[in-house]
Amino acid sequence: MTEPLVSIKGVGASYGSVRALDDVYLDIGDQEFFALLGPSGCGKTTLLRSLAGFETPTEGSVLLAGEDLLAIPAHQRPVNMMFQSYALFPHQTVAGNVGYGPARAGESKQEIARKVAEVLAIVGLTGLERRRPSQLSGGQRQRVALARAIVNRPRLLLLDEPLSALDRNVRSQMQLELKRLQHEVGIAFVMVTHDQEEALSMSDRVAVMDGGRIQQVAAPEELYARPANRFVAEFIGQSNVFEGVAAAGGLSAGGRLLPGSGSGRYLVVRPEQVRLTPAGVVSGTVLETQFAGGMSTIVVAPEEVATASGQPVLVRQPGPTGVERGAAVSLTWDAETAVLVP
Amino acid sequence: MSHPVAPAPAPAARTRDRHRLLEKVVLLGPGLLFTAVFVAVPVLLVLSYTVFDRGRFGGVVYEFGLDNFTRAFEPTYRKVLVSSIWIAGLTTLIALVLGYPVAYAIAKLPDRWRNVCLVLVVVPFWTNFLIRTYAWIMLLNTQGIVNDALVGVGVVDEPLTLLYTRGAVVTGLVYAYLPLMILPIYASVARLDVELREASANLGATRFATFVRVTLPLSLPGVVTGCIFVFVPSLGNFVVPELLGGGKSVMVGNLIRDQFLKARDWPFGATLALCMVVFLIALFAIQSLVSRRYAVEGDR
Amino acid sequence: MSGRAQASGSRRLGWLWLPLLLCFSFLYVPIVALVVMSFNSGKSALNFSGLSLRWYPELFRDGDLGEALLNSLLVAVGCTLVSTVLGTMLAVGLVRHTRSTALDSLVMAPAILPDLMMAIGLLSFFAAVGVSLGLATVALAHAAFGTAFVVAVVRARLVQLDRSLEEASQDLGAGWFTTFTRITLPSIAPAVAAGSLLAFTLSIDEFVIAFFTNGPTSPTLPIEIYSRVRFGVTPEINALATILLAVSAIAVVVVAVAVGRTEDGDD
Repeated sequence: MTEPLVSIKGVGASYGSVRALDDVYLDIGDQEFFALLGPSGCGKTTLLRSLAGFETPTEGSVLLAGEDLLAIPAHQRPVNMMFQSYALFPHQTVAGNVGYGPARAGESKQEIARKVAEVLAIVGLTGLERRRPSQLSGGQRQRVALARAIVNRPRLLLLDEPLSALDRNVRSQMQLELKRLQHEVGIAFVMVTHDQEEALSMSDRVAVMDGGRIQQVAAPEELYARPANRFVAEFIGQSNVFEGVAAAGGLSAGGRLLPGSGSGRYLVVRPEQVRLTPAGVVSGTVLETQFAGGMSTIVVAPEEVATASGQPVLVRQPGPTGVERGAAVSLTWDAETAVLVP
Repeated sequence: MSHPVAPAPAPAARTRDRHRLLEKVVLLGPGLLFTAVFVAVPVLLVLSYTVFDRGRFGGVVYEFGLDNFTRAFEPTYRKVLVSSIWIAGLTTLIALVLGYPVAYAIAKLPDRWRNVCLVLVVVPFWTNFLIRTYAWIMLLNTQGIVNDALVGVGVVDEPLTLLYTRGAVVTGLVYAYLPLMILPIYASVARLDVELREASANLGATRFATFVRVTLPLSLPGVVTGCIFVFVPSLGNFVVPELLGGGKSVMVGNLIRDQFLKARDWPFGATLALCMVVFLIALFAIQSLVSRRYAVEGDR
Repeated sequence: MSGRAQASGSRRLGWLWLPLLLCFSFLYVPIVALVVMSFNSGKSALNFSGLSLRWYPELFRDGDLGEALLNSLLVAVGCTLVSTVLGTMLAVGLVRHTRSTALDSLVMAPAILPDLMMAIGLLSFFAAVGVSLGLATVALAHAAFGTAFVVAVVRARLVQLDRSLEEASQDLGAGWFTTFTRITLPSIAPAVAAGSLLAFTLSIDEFVIAFFTNGPTSPTLPIEIYSRVRFGVTPEINALATILLAVSAIAVVVVAVAVGRTEDGDD
């Protein structure tokens, strides 16, 4: 990434005694699909709204293409937002909604109509100009909200939980739609979500947040394979986490050496990396087995060591389970596939 | 991931704040000014009169004195104050006894009938208050319908003096404000989850026990609201006592009106009004205590 | 609640029919008596002498009543204008810009204070300031409490309104004033209309405050009625009552039909 489009430096926000954002440093690239991911209350929405201009950070600076973004009032920022509730103006038609931005900018009627038509074509809603929001389906309303946010060609498009209101089957379709759209219009997208699957499948990079702080910023594969700490490890995907003391070749816990690389108090190993073996590092009893869509999940109660959260160990493998409930098994994994984190 | 110096706070937050301040002032300014001038000032003015004296030709002489208060508690006036509270209280009680079952009944009706009944309850309210009161003058007169009915049926031999009694005043007040008792209670009862009553029955309570232990306590906020809606205007009323009570059952409202428009002793009138308001404030305090105690969680 | 299976109305009510019937009799006997006596051929409001329509034309010929009605309308219009504008602005300001309960109480005070209190307060105020009493003072007095009701109605709607509509408008380039006029106002328009209707109705019918703050030469309708009721009545007043009742009933039906139609058409 050459010169980042958005440069967030040292941003903090307090509400009374609550620290909604703390020491946030983040760079977002020009045509990046970026996600802010975290549990509710982690500060991701506050950060997004700060970019939009609806919240004001108490410390720090935000530069957009080199200019001080915080100095500009919300309605003058080259930033547009797609709201979680879509916030379509109920008393306006689709054309009225989408043309609202250009109208405020003082464009001529022909120019507005042209822009509206162009953007409706991009989102696939041509022909619905005269409808009102109450006459549209959920998916259609979302496209209108999107069209309305794109038509001004902002430098940055913010999306607040864009898919949370949709049915499941529509959601996966919209995920692809949004990616396609982003490529087509070439605008940087910043999306807020609490759904890690969504964030990982759609984004170029993801910032994982918790308690107002950035936990890790990385591309999805790296987040998954090399989480920076226990929170990220447990938030992203499923994981088995053990607690112990770092030792040569892994983690020393419960009198055993669990294979792993890196340094830290916790060892993270993904279920797909664990396999059943005759003589492994951890032995246990099978609690549950599950076979779905070609993959098996085996839930094992470990004996010598306990997971950090007290939950059983999850093993995932292709093909049928091969073991019964109550069977005694032994587990192992390769050191390169397990990560030690602080 | 810690970094060296945290940068200074954003300076342009100031322009934003200025915009918001302007918006706030423009929206709230005129209205608050108007309210201050036409509500706050008049009320404070009247309150201030309580400690001043009447001028010789009416008007106010600005000499501090507490004579008005001593006078207000003299037997004649004290009697009126107490009588007003008594009448307003009786009115509220009757309205409650009649209104609660009605509200409850309406809440039990199917939707279509419910709305019809609610409208029917409210429609009399739309005839002019004075005309409604006048109707009772007609009805309670010695030659009026009520007496005609009583004599006709044979309950009494001669027409009763129904008009110009305290009973007439209470009747007039109940008639005026009954809808204001019914509507809040109805709203309260209608909001109650039917399942609460079903659960009570399921746990072995008779219908009466369910009513006493579940419905009644939970509808209490509506009851309190209704009582206030009836008591407050009843206490300060002067039209009904004057028209239906003749000279006999004078209420504090009549006194206040007389002081202001006939005797022209504004300071004393203001004092009487203050007594009335203080009493009402005490009632309000009780009301918020009760509603806080009985507030339903997740009240929609 | 209406999704549940409904037993027939009477079975569900049981003994509750009695208070219901009692209540409606109580409420409507005086009304029926009023209406019936309006068709009395005699001059008495008490003794029915026979059917006649004479009091209705008499009503329309009554100049004083007509003048009082006009005065009431003038006052109501003035009051409604002031209340609606101030009340709407206050409602938006209170909901969007402040959490102060003190300001809230101040604005809503007229609706809670007994009207007699407001009446003597305003009378004292006008006297102290030296303004002569007349329709203007009544209109201002009515506006003082009309505003509180407009605030209550508009605020109820505003609180339900999605805040993000206004944020979206700003996001798309509209400053606060444009947002207010293009987005906020249209969204609360029905509530503003309802509030102004409420203020109008309250003003037309209001007696106590008008009585204290009016001058002697231009009575409003309730004041005129009051004078007549005190000094003996002809059935003309009954005719007036019947007409007022009819107008209200028609208004209710119209509103019910209009509301019913919008609910069907929308969605």
